Amino acid sequence: MINKFKQLAIAASVAAACLGATLPSAYAAEEQFFMLPSYRVGPYGANGQSFYGGFIDYLQYVNMKGGIDGVQITWEECETEYNNAKGVECYERMKAKAQKAPGPIHTMSTGISYALVDKATADKLPLAMMGYGLTSAVDGSVFPWAFPLVTTYQMQASAIIKFMKDKNGGSLAGKKIVHLYHDSAYGKEPILALQAESKLNKFELIEIPVAHPGNEQGAQWQRIRQEKPDYVILWGWGVMNMTALKTAQKMGFPRDKMIGSWWAGSEEDVIPAGDAAKGYMSATWNVSGKAVPLIADIEKTVYGGGKGNLKDTSKLGTILYNRGVSAAVLSVEAIRAAQAKYGKGKAMGPDQVRWGLENLNITEARLKALGATGLLPDVKTSCDNHEGSGKVKMQQWDGAKWVPLTDWIEGNKALIHPLFKADAAKFAKEKGITPRDCSKEK
Amino acid sequence: MFYRETGQFKTSYAADQQIFPIRQDRVGVILLLLVAFIVVPLVAGSYWFNAILIPFLIFALAALGLNILTGYAGQLSLGSAAFMAVGAYAAYNFQVRVEGMPILVSFLLGGLTAAGVGILFGLPSLRIKGFYLAVATLAAQFFIVWCLTKFPYLSNYSSSGVISVPGVEMAGFTFDTPQSRYLLVLSIVTVLALLAKNMVRSTTGRAWMAVRDMDVAAEVIGIRLMHTKLLAFAVSSFYCGVAGALYAFLYLGSVEPDGFSLDLSFKILFMIIVGGVGSILGSFLGAAFILLLPIFLDISLPWLSELLHLPFDGATVSHIQLMIFGALIMFFLIVEPHGLARLWQIGKEKLRLWPFPH
Repeated sequence: MINKFKQLAIAASVAAACLGATLPSAYAAEEQFFMLPSYRVGPYGANGQSFYGGFIDYLQYVNMKGGIDGVQITWEECETEYNNAKGVECYERMKAKAQKAPGPIHTMSTGISYALVDKATADKLPLAMMGYGLTSAVDGSVFPWAFPLVTTYQMQASAIIKFMKDKNGGSLAGKKIVHLYHDSAYGKEPILALQAESKLNKFELIEIPVAHPGNEQGAQWQRIRQEKPDYVILWGWGVMNMTALKTAQKMGFPRDKMIGSWWAGSEEDVIPAGDAAKGYMSATWNVSGKAVPLIADIEKTVYGGGKGNLKDTSKLGTILYNRGVSAAVLSVEAIRAAQAKYGKGKAMGPDQVRWGLENLNITEARLKALGATGLLPDVKTSCDNHEGSGKVKMQQWDGAKWVPLTDWIEGNKALIHPLFKADAAKFAKEKGITPRDCSKEK
Repeated sequence: MFYRETGQFKTSYAADQQIFPIRQDRVGVILLLLVAFIVVPLVAGSYWFNAILIPFLIFALAALGLNILTGYAGQLSLGSAAFMAVGAYAAYNFQVRVEGMPILVSFLLGGLTAAGVGILFGLPSLRIKGFYLAVATLAAQFFIVWCLTKFPYLSNYSSSGVISVPGVEMAGFTFDTPQSRYLLVLSIVTVLALLAKNMVRSTTGRAWMAVRDMDVAAEVIGIRLMHTKLLAFAVSSFYCGVAGALYAFLYLGSVEPDGFSLDLSFKILFMIIVGGVGSILGSFLGAAFILLLPIFLDISLPWLSELLHLPFDGATVSHIQLMIFGALIMFFLIVEPHGLARLWQIGKEKLRLWPFPH
């Protein structure tokens, strides 16, 4: 018996050795490694599945089309469960692999991004935070390695106000607007921007926090009923959105006076609310649906080839899936930009990818070439402006799908960007960072 | 054969009262410390420091704090994470608001603030016991997190409520490498753990244990209940507070109130249950078990599934990891309800008789 085990053990170890021997050959070609601290389980797992599904599908798509000018993309996932400590563990585990030729790191979590900003700066790895925080990283002179690309909470809040203003004939004076928010970093970030807007546009701003997770909002909506606001801005996350919509219906507040942030505007938020969600609007920086040629092509190429990442293909073309694709598009474009400067067909080092992210210029023409017209706004970053766009669209839920209402709306940059500057300066002072001089960057 | 105290004669009170009265224990602890202070920094890589060793030491310290309160003084608490939050935010505020504040003093003041808050929330323990007290400390958990979210002053008016701590500097030396951070954490944890080890066998510790075993009897023999219980709360919260400050300054670098949720309190409670209630060593073993096992499973399961050609993807691995983790906790609790520390103790007793067990 013991002999048998011995034989088995020897056979197993020989097999393992053979496996080990075959592995290295796969690493011979030029490769760009994406670390993906993703989440597919836990309270927000459903959101993560769509987002990272879209992200990986696009990377797969690029590989199937021959890579980034011949450079193949590799990636590795690590489950964070949206937990900061786990996110840090994942980052530390994968960073050695990423140090040679990294892709931008997407955590899709404000908390993990905060925890990684210092670490990524010290390790010189580019951190992307598309549409979440740390938002003051818009000021690239203080945060060279962090990129809150496309748009930030503050610019989004400003764009929402602009949208309301346009609806009300150009003025919001004397109106009452409620900011109903998830009481966390995520919900609080837009407050300063909204206060500045309220001063500028002379509307009354009422801030009402909802404690996590937000599945009971009776008291908050009582107050909203007393205040009779003209609009409610819903800055919710997860179960809070569905509850808000249902409670609004119960209290008789019109849903078409409610505007959500982009984390309150996916299918996962409205479908569970049933018909209470009809007419509800939200901001978004990418459209849903498979009408975009790129999404249709991914479905044909990647899923047709049996290499799709999503198990539940009904999520294809949802808001969050398309957001994952958009994030991947920008990441790959940054590497392309770097290659254009430092040598085509080569794997890009951390510094070069950082340069690529800082010098992104995705025009409408480029989006068209990618088949992504209308999927996301045009983006042009610089050392001064790591955000690069600040544009969002408004969309409305018609009971079955999100319908885009407007073209891209840009927030009030002149009002909001100085807020980032001030916040970044405070951060630099607390941490003892000397900001670099953006005029000297090339 | 090797682990036997025969022939070790104690001829002075000092020798009789040392922390580790058996020579082999003493040698063992010194060797362990030498390894931790000298060998580990030489061989470990940055992943080991940042993702394993530093959080392990910090959580061991927090578990130690809870063990003092729950294991030694018998007061059940579900507020450990909240006391960590107090320590972290207090240390941050002292560091940011007072110019030139030495970092160690900030940690100390963070711990003391947590101790003060701990005394406040320990007051109900004079009237209520057991599960009811656990519910009262639950109030601390929710109140403190709410308070840190509610008052922007406490996060130095950060627009998001998240605090991002300044770099750690001491006498011109910046602790920015993983090694230096690890050594700083290790020094603080070593000092506090030895202090705790000493404290639990002193008058104070004996009073705690008397209260734990039967508080009426303890009162009858002249132990002041209020004083003893509140002291336990204060010391325990101090340890948790320092752990919280280390967590913010030397581990994550930025914390938000939501990070110190009830989940974290439970995690610390599980550490002492698995490690051993009423044991200093148990706090370390428990922290290691709860923190490291998931990471180990996380790394080994994908490798295993590849080797055996099992169709696991990332999400499945996470689910399986949770299942194995849960099953192992149950297994340990059934096989050894007194925790890993008890296993170690049994091992030592066996070792004394080895190789001639009767």
